[in-house]
Amino acid sequence: MITRHRLAAGALTLLAALTAGLGTAGPAAADDDEPARPSPKVELVLDVSGSMRARDIDGKSRMAAAKQAFNEVLDATPDEVQLGIRTLGANYHGDDRKTGCKDTELLYPVAELDQAGRTDAKTAVATLAPTGWTPIGPTLLKAADDLKDDNEERSRRIVLISDGEDTCQPLDPCEVARKIAAEGIHLTIDTLGLVPDAKTRDQLSCIAEATGGTYTSVRHTDELSGRVKQLVDRAADPVATPVATEGAAQCSDAPQLKSGVYTDREKFGEHRWYRVDVEPGQELRAAVSVGADRAVNRDYGVLLRASTEHGREIVRGSEAGDGRTDVISTGLRYPKPEADGDIDGDNDEGGESGESAAETVCLQVSNSFSAPASVKTTPGLPVELAVDLVDAPDEASDVASFGLGNGWWLLGTLIVVGFLAGLVWGWVSRWRFAVWRTN
Amino acid sequence: MRTTRVLLRSCLLAGAALLALTGTAGAAFADGGDGDDKSAAPTEAGTSFRTATAIQLDQEATAEASTGDYLYWSFPADIGQRPTVHATVKLPEDAARHGDSTWRVDVYDGLRRHQACRFGAQSRTAAQDADTVELSCTLRTVRGWSEPWANDPLPGTYYARLTVTGLKADDLGLPMRAEALVTSSDAGGATAVDGALAEPLVPGAGTKSQAASSAPEDGWASGWWSSRWLWTAGGGVLGALAGIGGYCLTRGSGRPSRVPAGV
Repeated sequence: MITRHRLAAGALTLLAALTAGLGTAGPAAADDDEPARPSPKVELVLDVSGSMRARDIDGKSRMAAAKQAFNEVLDATPDEVQLGIRTLGANYHGDDRKTGCKDTELLYPVAELDQAGRTDAKTAVATLAPTGWTPIGPTLLKAADDLKDDNEERSRRIVLISDGEDTCQPLDPCEVARKIAAEGIHLTIDTLGLVPDAKTRDQLSCIAEATGGTYTSVRHTDELSGRVKQLVDRAADPVATPVATEGAAQCSDAPQLKSGVYTDREKFGEHRWYRVDVEPGQELRAAVSVGADRAVNRDYGVLLRASTEHGREIVRGSEAGDGRTDVISTGLRYPKPEADGDIDGDNDEGGESGESAAETVCLQVSNSFSAPASVKTTPGLPVELAVDLVDAPDEASDVASFGLGNGWWLLGTLIVVGFLAGLVWGWVSRWRFAVWRTN
Repeated sequence: MRTTRVLLRSCLLAGAALLALTGTAGAAFADGGDGDDKSAAPTEAGTSFRTATAIQLDQEATAEASTGDYLYWSFPADIGQRPTVHATVKLPEDAARHGDSTWRVDVYDGLRRHQACRFGAQSRTAAQDADTVELSCTLRTVRGWSEPWANDPLPGTYYARLTVTGLKADDLGLPMRAEALVTSSDAGGATAVDGALAEPLVPGAGTKSQAASSAPEDGWASGWWSSRWLWTAGGGVLGALAGIGGYCLTRGSGRPSRVPAGV
């Protein structure tokens, strides 16, 4: 019986390997047939405030460096990317703060670039002259509006190039960025600081951190164009966009999840529950990462717990860490045995046993991040939850592969035992011969 | 008595032949890895688990980035392998830096569980005038199966994350260059365990999206083969031969010598 089981398992694994082999060829071919992914949207946001006049990038003004970089980027932008350009502080010369802080303009609307489009965009950029204030916060809000649409799968990216900190307090651009990111429109903000001072650097890196973007400090023209090109290309990379969901405070109200990648927000110390139906013979794989999108205290952790509806914990994944990090992540897997497995049937916990009924597994995500009192706790930390349901593995019946042996001790034992058995057998047959002869 | 000697000698010969066979087959099996990296090496790194750049074993990946970025690569590791992640950071020019920086490489499995390094310099501090930092992390042996409650390395996708963990604020965002290389050694049949995953721990295995690029070039191993087959079969044969030898010793040439022929 065991042998047959083994054989069947072997055949299955072979089959799995074969299908996996086919699978590698499959999706690649299927990609071409699938409905095209929504083209990514990118908006370049350029600071045209008065300080851009400073001539400290390779002997040229910051503005000249930015213009040259934009020209190169516009030429190199992949065709599938929809690109737009927005300026801040380009038009208003005056001293009125209120007017100055509204000074943002969509220089080139977000659209796919054809040859004419590229030329138009370049011409528009060429007319810019360093002028006014630095309203980063309001500009980010407008830029996010430019990129918004109904498509939930589209990835969006803002590349903010600035040389000074926001001059339009109290609207903190960092808070603005976090709010935009929490809207669930898959928006990343990458920031570049042109010869930044400490305050500018802190603000720009805070904006980047709040949205999962990157911060770069630029001192040379080629660095600027190279980095912006890299960021635009990055936007063009096809990535599975997660689906927004909202976990509940308890399992009974929790949203039902299927295989896929989900995003959510979780406040400090909050618990969020999700439900997944696992059929017998399936394995639940769940991975969660909680992002540190703001200044948090040094030590932190995450706990992902799978439990039954009755609250019995099945398995957990936990991780703790300290120091600088982008996310803290953990995962778990829960293979549910086939319904007819009589030995393992007690996994069903009291309820109706087996009968191929799917079991509802409650997933609980909690974090132990904390932050200084000055840090805002809303919106919550970004949570990414990946759920996979695959076939369950067959149970191992032995620690060793197929229960086979290994090593010189095995050989020695077999030889000695074989030899002793042979001795006894020879002796017995000799004895039987003697008995036969006497009779 | 002569028969016994002949038998013994043939037993020994057969045993030696079998051992030789085991040796060569084992060696041939161990030679499996090939070092040709035909596809172009990636020149970008991802910035999160979802966007991690897929690389193959022995493929050198490079990336231009800024200090403070989190760089992610993903690579496949299969049963019986002991992957080592090597990461090299080419630091920004000295003139632009203001102090020491501490770099760290972390490895996560397909479920984003942090994986321990058996050895290797996982974290290192670079002096202000250093040019490069070299980091490495050798994982535990990838097993075919483990209990769901354990976090033993299982076949599937692994993520390597490279970042700076200690840095003077002034040095944030400077241009740097990173290289990543994953090598692997074969752990041999001694570590072969029973059981197998139905699907390797590849993210998205249940949604049949993506992840195709993160499979090993020659597909995932089915996990049924190990050198334990050779040891066990060899042991069985040797045991049988030893049994025949023992039988010959006590049984003698077939009949007691004092019994006259023809009885």
